[in-house]
Amino acid sequence: MRAPGRPMPRTILEPRFQVEHLSILDSEGHLDAALEPKLSPDELRSLYRFMVLGRRLDERMVRLQRQGRIGTFAPIKGQEASQLGSAFALRPTDWMVPSFRETAAMIWRGWPIEKLLLFFAGYVEGGQPAPAQRDLPITIPVGTQLPHAVGLAYAAQYKSDDAVVMAYFGDGATSEGDWHEALNFAGVWHVPVVFVCQNNQWAISVPLKKQTHSKTIAQKALAYGLPGIQVDGNDVLAVYAAAREAVDRARAGEGPTLIECVTYRLGVHTTADDPTKYRADEEVKMWEQKDPLTRFTAYLRERNLLEDGLEARVDAEIAEAVRRFEAMPPPDPLTVFDHVYAEMPAHLRAQRDEMAARLREAGAAAPEAPAPEPRATPMRGQRLTRR
Amino acid sequence: MTKLNMVKALNLALFQEMERDPDVVILGEDVGVDGGVFRVTDDLQRKFGSQRVIDSPLAEAAIIGTGVGMALYGLRPVCEIQFSGFAFQCFHQIENHAARYRLRSQGRFGCAMVIRMPYGGGVRALEHHTESEEQFYAHVPGLKMVIPSGPRNARALLAAAIRDPDPVVFFEAKALYHAAKEEVPEESETLPIGRAQVVREGGDLTLIAYGAMLRVAREAADVLQAEDGVAAEVIDLLTISPLDRETLVASVAKTGRAVVVHEAPRSFGPGAEIAASIMEGAFLRLEAPVRRVTAHDVAFVGFAREKAHVPDLARVVAAARETLAF
Repeated sequence: MRAPGRPMPRTILEPRFQVEHLSILDSEGHLDAALEPKLSPDELRSLYRFMVLGRRLDERMVRLQRQGRIGTFAPIKGQEASQLGSAFALRPTDWMVPSFRETAAMIWRGWPIEKLLLFFAGYVEGGQPAPAQRDLPITIPVGTQLPHAVGLAYAAQYKSDDAVVMAYFGDGATSEGDWHEALNFAGVWHVPVVFVCQNNQWAISVPLKKQTHSKTIAQKALAYGLPGIQVDGNDVLAVYAAAREAVDRARAGEGPTLIECVTYRLGVHTTADDPTKYRADEEVKMWEQKDPLTRFTAYLRERNLLEDGLEARVDAEIAEAVRRFEAMPPPDPLTVFDHVYAEMPAHLRAQRDEMAARLREAGAAAPEAPAPEPRATPMRGQRLTRR
Repeated sequence: MTKLNMVKALNLALFQEMERDPDVVILGEDVGVDGGVFRVTDDLQRKFGSQRVIDSPLAEAAIIGTGVGMALYGLRPVCEIQFSGFAFQCFHQIENHAARYRLRSQGRFGCAMVIRMPYGGGVRALEHHTESEEQFYAHVPGLKMVIPSGPRNARALLAAAIRDPDPVVFFEAKALYHAAKEEVPEESETLPIGRAQVVREGGDLTLIAYGAMLRVAREAADVLQAEDGVAAEVIDLLTISPLDRETLVASVAKTGRAVVVHEAPRSFGPGAEIAASIMEGAFLRLEAPVRRVTAHDVAFVGFAREKAHVPDLARVVAAARETLAF
């Protein structure tokens, strides 16, 4: 028994944690040369090309939605560096697990643009990865894809496959139970997964300070026994450097990492959203000064790596993809029954037959038009808002 | 042939499937060292190691969610949820993802996985330990919902579920775990998922049941034969979804009368779909409305009052007699 009045000692159980913030190329174009990642001129050009393609495609898709040629779409403008800097560290044989705002990462991973357009035009065919492609399709319920990433990583490790899994999500996802469960399982199982948070400051209308009382998202990793690092998410070199390190660690059997990319959603949450309701123009203007493309352009210009006519070539590539998308024959409405089960059970065969008969009666062997009605469809609790 | 109870029979299926296919892994709470709270996974971790029989952290959503990821890779996870009453914490992973990846990826990925859960009453347990929730899973396109009624079909159906290319929710009646032993052949056997069995033939009335209620239906058929001279046909559904409508309709086309028995609450339960299917398939042969003997539409009643809540022999016999007298 302790003598009364004697103070109970408090001991520090572990050294106090620290969270690093990594920035290599700031918005003024200042470079920390000591941290500059070793990327070849070809790699730098390729990275830049996809950043430009990501930006131009994003702008084009917003216009296509406004014209009613595709449906609701979640733009990525401002997040190109976070997506490409991270995905660039993967091998094709690694796994990519997206949420619903990863257009730039997806095209880098080989998704044809017309397939993405088909997806956002409301056709399930647009969600089909290529036969050997190790990418999961877009996942919409926030954070729920993260346990899948951990399971993929477990399976890869179990099969002695040295693949790494990279999983994407936003700041809002870090409030979801699945997020915490995924990080916890990843830590306990010590599996090769890299969690990439695109902290774009807004989960629709809810700002980061209402999402979490933590100073950083990166520090949440520490509670699960994983390293967490915060990077300037608009600095493609910093994102790449952090991702390179995390992917290499994962591949070497050193377990998972959380990377928080501090970035900003310059556009709408989705094309059904009106951000003027909840955030100030000054804030957007402030972040426009930190545009990931501007500073990377300056960096490449200084190294004489900018290609003449790149924008025009990228635009032509997008235009060609849009043309291919719009020239596609509309998918057969009856194929929706094909992939519910590996083998079609009797009740689905009957329902398919009913539908086929209805279509025949309607003389509709030539089914609906490829583009949906020009109506915005709300996503995740959004009101319909026209701009 | 060895006489096994349902726990041992399920354990045998898991053991044999793990021996047959190195991609079969088990994960769940207490499934490893402890062998599961009902001992269904007993000794499997010792035999196959902790990489294949995984004692997971306590989180239903991640048990199913990581199972989905393993299945997407190509493993065949068998996930255990300790009690079906806890599965609403992972229902989104089952409905949003396990059931949908095949469709969402247009066949590029499938979720060949089994989700095992003990369900049902009769074991004097607390809230969330005695409910029957098969209707939730039966309603979800892309899932298969299986409920065996005894050791031999439990073993054969679990083996079939593990080999199935689609996600199977596999309910095990707690009341049956130790209820009776049955001859179970040593060599591996399977039963087709999606197929009901006529376990007793009769021409006067069709009794439809599954899981722990099958025994009640069989006893009711005995009573009806002995006391009323009525020949009841008894159908063991075995698979709730996809429903074997063909077997149900063929039977009722012959008998003209049907009583459905289940432990789940009545409204919007499996009995409703079964009654509608019979109506659609055998309307002109029906001599009486299809009756449902089910739990009442009460979320839970506490085990002290469970007997009045879960269908029993008297209620099934009474419903059958009313149907016959209609």
